[in-house]
Amino acid sequence: MDTRKEVLEILEELHPDIDFETEKSLIDDKVLDSFDVVTLVTELGSAFDIEITAADMVPENFNSLDAMTEMVENLLAEF
Amino acid sequence: MLFTSYEFIAFAAILLLLYYILPKTAQKYVLFCGNMIFYAVTGWQNLIFLFVTICTTFGAALWVDKNLKAQKEQLALHKADWDREQKKAYRSGEKTKRKMAVAIAAIVNVGLLAFVKFPHTQFQFLMPMGISFYTLMSLGYLFDVYRETQEAEKNLFRYALFVSYFPQLVQGPISRFNELSETLFKEHDFEGKNITFGLYRILWGFFKKLVIADRLAVAVGTISGDFGTYHGSYIFLEMFLYTIQLYADFSGGIDVTIGLSEMFGIHVTENFIRPYFSKSLKEYWRRWHITMSTWFRDYLFYPISITPWMQNLSRFLRKKCGERVGKRLPVYLASFIVWAVTGIWHGTTSNFIVWGIINWFILMVSEELEPLYEKFHARFIPASRRGWQAFMVLRTFTMLCFLKLFDCYATAGEVFRAFGSAFSEPNPGEVGANLFSLGLTPWDYLVAGCGALLMLGVSLLQRRESVRLQLSKKPFALRAAVGMGLFLVTLIFGAYGVGYDASQFIYNRF
Repeated sequence: MDTRKEVLEILEELHPDIDFETEKSLIDDKVLDSFDVVTLVTELGSAFDIEITAADMVPENFNSLDAMTEMVENLLAEF
Repeated sequence: MLFTSYEFIAFAAILLLLYYILPKTAQKYVLFCGNMIFYAVTGWQNLIFLFVTICTTFGAALWVDKNLKAQKEQLALHKADWDREQKKAYRSGEKTKRKMAVAIAAIVNVGLLAFVKFPHTQFQFLMPMGISFYTLMSLGYLFDVYRETQEAEKNLFRYALFVSYFPQLVQGPISRFNELSETLFKEHDFEGKNITFGLYRILWGFFKKLVIADRLAVAVGTISGDFGTYHGSYIFLEMFLYTIQLYADFSGGIDVTIGLSEMFGIHVTENFIRPYFSKSLKEYWRRWHITMSTWFRDYLFYPISITPWMQNLSRFLRKKCGERVGKRLPVYLASFIVWAVTGIWHGTTSNFIVWGIINWFILMVSEELEPLYEKFHARFIPASRRGWQAFMVLRTFTMLCFLKLFDCYATAGEVFRAFGSAFSEPNPGEVGANLFSLGLTPWDYLVAGCGALLMLGVSLLQRRESVRLQLSKKPFALRAAVGMGLFLVTLIFGAYGVGYDASQFIYNRF
């Protein structure tokens, strides 16, 4: 399964009510809150076996599905 | 050396003169000498504490940076012959080493802070000025290097200049290396705009401190110093006056720091955005002492909330107690730790610790009640209605008045006794009759009241754009009149002389 699809599945499980394909300002528009971000760090970390650190917890990395996919891919590429 | 003393004004003037008449290459040396003199005046032993912090954080950051570079080289070297697991194990081993280096430096510095801050120890007299502020600044820098969001500074002199930068040693703000270093290490031309803008800001800071804060401090001190006499409704008066005093004092000090820095051509981060206009406690903490709140958020709250232990707890709770509890409880737990530490950072006595925990409790309850608020607004009053917004501002201000009382007494027990007395022993008539025997004359109340109203007016004007920027578009005569007027008002109405002590800024004790 490709990374984007897997990230989307995690997001949809967390918030089935949000259209992650169209939302581009999830953090800036407060669609996701700090509870969601912390949960996402846990879920993405264990799904992809990567370590998301506090330094990665910036709005730019969580504002959209594509931004999260890019962050995950960058962390995967480190290995 | 108090910011509001003649010595400080003379010291800053001489430094500015040297800063601009000597060759530009000498500017950083002038500043560094200024830092050392300013700090040595507060006690030579303070320099030892400062240098321990500078050397340990500088050394640890340099080591971390070296280790990161060596790690990159090793990984590049073994790109083809190591598999993912081998690379992961190697990275993990190196990361542990870096973590250890950072932990040692952090323990030394937090230990030093605790050593001088812990109450009732024989060493408290050592309490170096600004240690709470420069410790957080240097640790923030070290953590950034560890997180790879900041390149390590290779030059010890430049780093020492950053940590010891004197205008912010008194009470912050808690600057980040990447923000302050941008202008701190640059060579600056003499610019009239920097001088006049800086001067206006300093004058405004002096006005807030001397005309409002130091005047109100007399009445607040009288009430908090003698609970036996001043209880009941006096407590309401005390909390109201102290809330205004603290803002005038703290933001006034920050105005002096930012204004003086501007005169040197150095940009210092803002620490306040009209905090008393906040509509909730959550919003207030985004607008008050911003550099402290963001420091605790970035270096404590985020790392704690995503520790493996917290992640496991979150998974466990989501499985056992449902999605909502599993998502929220670990965040509240992390937030509790952060607020307890924030309380301890302000002081190790029970009043500060309880203050931190009460802040956490209010924030948590507000968060939980959010869906209820939304239903209420949908059904009864829209949240955007101006009257409702004004009510929210007043409600938050009242809550802050209560919270600020924790600063006024030495223990949490005394604060709760004061709260109890405020509600159970109402004596507004006595307070009204004795209003002018609290150390302030009717004239003082009038001056402080007009000053506070001016502060309110300026805050309202600021909403559009900086008042100084607005003023700069006006004719010269008006600009000069405002500057001269502020100077004269501060000079004439400042709280000096018999009955007043030139007092240090409140946040200097933290």
